[in-house]
Amino acid sequence: MSRLDDCFAALDAANKKALIPFVTAGDPNADFTLTCMHEMVQAGANIIELGVPFSDPMSDGPVIQKASERALAAGMSLKGVIALVKQFRKTDQKTPLILMGYLNPIEFMGYERFAEKASQAGVDGVLTVDIPPEESADLIAAYEKHALAPIFLLSPTSNETRIKKIAAVAKGYIYYVSLKGVTGAGHLELGDVEQKVRQIKQHTALPIAVGFGVKNSDIAANIAKISDAVVVGSALINCITDHAGNEQHGREAIDDLLVGMRTAMDAVPRD
Amino acid sequence: MATSNNKRAQATVHGYNLPDEAGHFGPYGGLFVAETLMESIEELNEAYVKFMQDPEFLAELDADLQDYVGRPSPIYHAQRLSKEIGGAQVYLKREDLNHTGAHKINNTVGQALLAKRMGKTRIIAETGAGQHGVATATVAARLGLECVVYMGAEDIQRQSPNVYRMRLLGATVVPVVSGSQTLKDALSEALRDWVTNIDNTYYIIGTVAGPHPYPAMVRDFQTIIGREGREQMLNKTGALPNALVACVGGGSNAIGLFHPFIEDDGVKIYGVEAAGLGVETGKHSAPLCAGKPGVLHGNRTYLMADEDGAIIETHSISAGLDYPAVGPEHSWLKDIGRAQYVNITDDEALAAFHQLTRVEGIIPALESSHAVAYATKLAKTMDKEETILVCLSGRGDKDIFTIAKIEGIEL
Repeated sequence: MSRLDDCFAALDAANKKALIPFVTAGDPNADFTLTCMHEMVQAGANIIELGVPFSDPMSDGPVIQKASERALAAGMSLKGVIALVKQFRKTDQKTPLILMGYLNPIEFMGYERFAEKASQAGVDGVLTVDIPPEESADLIAAYEKHALAPIFLLSPTSNETRIKKIAAVAKGYIYYVSLKGVTGAGHLELGDVEQKVRQIKQHTALPIAVGFGVKNSDIAANIAKISDAVVVGSALINCITDHAGNEQHGREAIDDLLVGMRTAMDAVPRD
Repeated sequence: MATSNNKRAQATVHGYNLPDEAGHFGPYGGLFVAETLMESIEELNEAYVKFMQDPEFLAELDADLQDYVGRPSPIYHAQRLSKEIGGAQVYLKREDLNHTGAHKINNTVGQALLAKRMGKTRIIAETGAGQHGVATATVAARLGLECVVYMGAEDIQRQSPNVYRMRLLGATVVPVVSGSQTLKDALSEALRDWVTNIDNTYYIIGTVAGPHPYPAMVRDFQTIIGREGREQMLNKTGALPNALVACVGGGSNAIGLFHPFIEDDGVKIYGVEAAGLGVETGKHSAPLCAGKPGVLHGNRTYLMADEDGAIIETHSISAGLDYPAVGPEHSWLKDIGRAQYVNITDDEALAAFHQLTRVEGIIPALESSHAVAYATKLAKTMDKEETILVCLSGRGDKDIFTIAKIEGIEL
C-alpha cells in the first residue's frame, strides 16, 4: 500500500475526512515552507500539496500567482522543491506529499529523471495542471515506474466522457475543482458540487478531494459532508501575506485556520 | 547576427497534412490545458471543423475579407529598393494596406464569425503591440459583441495610441500587472478570464499559438496571404518566388505566407526572429534560434526559459515580436528543415525601417522591418533575375512614437 492509500484507509476507519492544505514551496522562503509543513501536520493536515512555483501559472488566481513570484524570486525551483521534500522526510515518513504545478519545469528536467528524483525524495503523487490525460501517456508511464500517483483535475464542465477518461488513468485521489474559474475565485455552490461529486463517484472508487474557493471552516465542513477530502490553498497563502515581515505570525495564522477547519470537519456526522 | 549560410539547402516536403487530429505537428502543438478549459476547447474544435467546411460560412468570410478588410492585398515590386540592394528583386505582400493596418484582421474577422455562429456574446483577446487588440475590437464593434482586451501594463505605456483606438471602438482594455506585464502575461490573463466566463465568452487568440485548434485555425484564416501571394507572383512574374521572408513573433503572418508554398520545392522559406540587442546578449525574442522545446500556453514548442523551466523575459524593439515562445508549426518546419529561422537585431530592423520608408515611400511596422532587413541581406546573395516575396505584415504608423523616442525626437 502507498502512503496515500494508507492515509485514506486510516481516515476511513476513523470516520474522518482528509484535510489537504496547499502552500507554494519557497513562499516566502524554503525554511518557512519546511517548518510550515510540519506545523500543518500538527494542526490536523492529512496530506500536503506543495505548489511548484512557475513563471506563468495560467490556472491560478492573483493570490497564488503572487506566491509563485515570491518563491521564484527567493530562488525556488523544481529541484529545490524536491530537496525540500527530502528534508521533510527526515522527520516525517508518514504524511503523503503531492507536488502541484505546471508542465514546463518537468519537461525541462525530463519525465524519467523527474519521476525518479521525486520518488526517491519521498513524493507520493503529482498533479500537473496543464496536461490532460490525452497528452499524458509518457508522463504516466514514468510515474508508474517510480510509484508516483498521477493526480488529475475534474471540473464543473467535465462531461461523462471526460470523467471516464480521467477515472481510467488517475491514482491516489481525484481533485474536483468546485467552480468555474481560477484558484481562490469567488463563490462555490454546494448543491452543484454535491451533484457532481456523486456523478464522479459512479465512475471511480478513488477518493474525491474538493478545492478552489474553500475559504473558511464553514465551507470546509460543508465540503467534508459531500466529499472525501477538502483542499485549501489561497486562504492559507493570504495568512502569509497578511503577516508579511513576521513569519512566525504567518505560520500561526495558517495553523489557526487549519485547526478551525479540522475541528469543524470532524464535527460533521458521517453518513 | 543573422545566419550567414543563406544558400543552405532546405528539405523538400510532400503530402504535408498537419496537424493530426489532436493538433500535433510532430512532437509539437497538442493540447496542454487544465481540465477546466477542456470543454470549451472541445466545443471550439467542433465548431471550427464544422464551419471550415460550411460553404455558407466560407462565403460570408470571403465577402468580409473583400468588402471589409479590403482584400486581395496587392503585391508590390519594390524596384528602387531592389536596385539599391543590387541583388534579387524584392516583392512586398502588402498586408499593411488591410483595414486596421496589419494582417491581424484576417484572423479576427474569421474568428468573430465563428463566435457569432457559436452563439457567444462576449469576445476577449490578448494583445502585445495592440494590433491584434485593435483588430479584435474592430470586429467586435461591427458585430455588436462585448469586447475585453488584456494588455500588459508595460505595453499599455508604450503603445498608448492603440489603447485609445481600442477604447474608441468600445472595448474595455484591462491592464495586466502580473509577471513581466507583457504579451505572455496578457495571454495567461485572457486564459483565466476564459475559464471563468466560459458560458458566454469566445477567446480570439491573435497568433498561431495556444492549444489546439488555435494554431491550425489561425493559420487557416491567415493562409489567404500565401494563397493570394502565390497566384499574384505567378501572374506578375510568371514564376513562383525563389524565397519567402516573414517576421516571426508568434508567427501568424509567417505561417500564413509560408503554408501554401510548403510543397513547392524551389521556394526557400525564411522566418525572421527578433534578435533584440543580439542573440549572444540574451536580450532577444528568438526561441527558434536560441531556445529549446517546452510547454507554454497550451502547446509544445520552442521557447525561452531558464534551466529550471521558468519562462524568461524577452526583449525586442518591436512589441509584436516580444514573446518567449512561437507557434508550434514553426518548430516543426525548423526541425524537418523545410524552413530556416534567422534573426535580425533592433538596429538592423531600424535601418530597414528607414530604408524602406525613404526609398519606397512605405512606412513598415517595426515587426515587418525585421523581415525587410533580412530580405535585404538575402537579396544581396542572389541573382538579379531571382525574386523574394516578403510579407509586409503591417504599417508603421503605430511605431513612429517609439522610433522618435529612440532618436531623441520629441513629437
